[in-house]
Amino acid sequence: MLLTTPETTLAEFSQATGWSIKPQGACKGDVCIPLPQAVQDAHAEDRPIDAQTLAQAMGMPFVAAPEQGLWAIGPECVGSRALTTATAADFVLPDLDGNLFQLSSLRGKKVLVYAWAPY
Amino acid sequence: MWQALREELAPAGFELVTVGLDVLGAAGCREFIQAAQPTHPALLDQHHVLADLFGVINIPSSIWIDEAGQIVRPAEAAPAPPAAPNPIENEAAEMPPLPPRMMEIMTEAMKIQSDPVSYHAALKDWVANGADSRFALSAEEVVSRSRPRDLNVATGHAHFEIATQLELNGQHDAAIEHFRQAHELVPDSWTFRRQAWSLEMEGDGPLARFWQGPSADDPDAWPYAGDWLKDVRESGAENYSEPWTP
Repeated sequence: MLLTTPETTLAEFSQATGWSIKPQGACKGDVCIPLPQAVQDAHAEDRPIDAQTLAQAMGMPFVAAPEQGLWAIGPECVGSRALTTATAADFVLPDLDGNLFQLSSLRGKKVLVYAWAPY
Repeated sequence: MWQALREELAPAGFELVTVGLDVLGAAGCREFIQAAQPTHPALLDQHHVLADLFGVINIPSSIWIDEAGQIVRPAEAAPAPPAAPNPIENEAAEMPPLPPRMMEIMTEAMKIQSDPVSYHAALKDWVANGADSRFALSAEEVVSRSRPRDLNVATGHAHFEIATQLELNGQHDAAIEHFRQAHELVPDSWTFRRQAWSLEMEGDGPLARFWQGPSADDPDAWPYAGDWLKDVRESGAENYSEPWTP
């Protein structure tokens, strides 16, 4: 996930990465990763969270390009695989007209997500 | 071709969602999407979130997802539906000659292996039989068949995301640095490489983004370690796509 400050919120993190925030920590499928006290406290008090601390707790990389005003938390690598769970991450992406489409709106259908590129 | 397949399978409760992985977004994808006249969602992915979320490393790739939102086949090469002979192909002989590099790229691309018949038979079997299809994998197998990813690979994804944002911000030179890091850390991703190479356009014609390598006029200005022709030859065009495994 991309950031324009070295801070984030758990809501933002959850939206971008598909990890849901539960009392036991950040969870995806059967996997729950406990969050450090500093992160929990900041969340409870509605304060921004240090992105690097959160990334470290999640076993995710943190890359900073401060001179360009950009920071990024890389994806998880739980179990040394791209997928942590077989439950599909629920992405939201735009179409040509900028209308946002949410994958989970197709629940009830079999879906083939087809990745292509014009290059 | 995919649009026709979508129409054929839609009555059985199937939907196709195409996702164009291109930092140039609508500017890069529009003409291709409009030519396909899709009746299905046709989306744009400027930061390649499909790489982060599903481990997509090449295009074209597919992910199969069942009615409950469970992946039943993780990202894998998705060949186009087997096609009937195309009479338009004869017109190729009348096209103006291609530059030598494009001829070499086409020669290598012809060697890329795919098995459209098996893949599409499996797809139809799954659409008809759902969880009873032998091509619908268990949750454990879906996870274990997804791409290997360690912290280095994940770090490469973070660099790629910064690179695409820098590109969108108009900071191309800064983007190159992060694309390079992504290429080094995620050496098996063709999309990360092809995306970056495609931004070093050769001229402004229809082949500009497919050149994907040093310019004949100024080869030393090429900013990347690899290029399409060099990398495909090094790994062998036959190995470009992993063979389809039932």
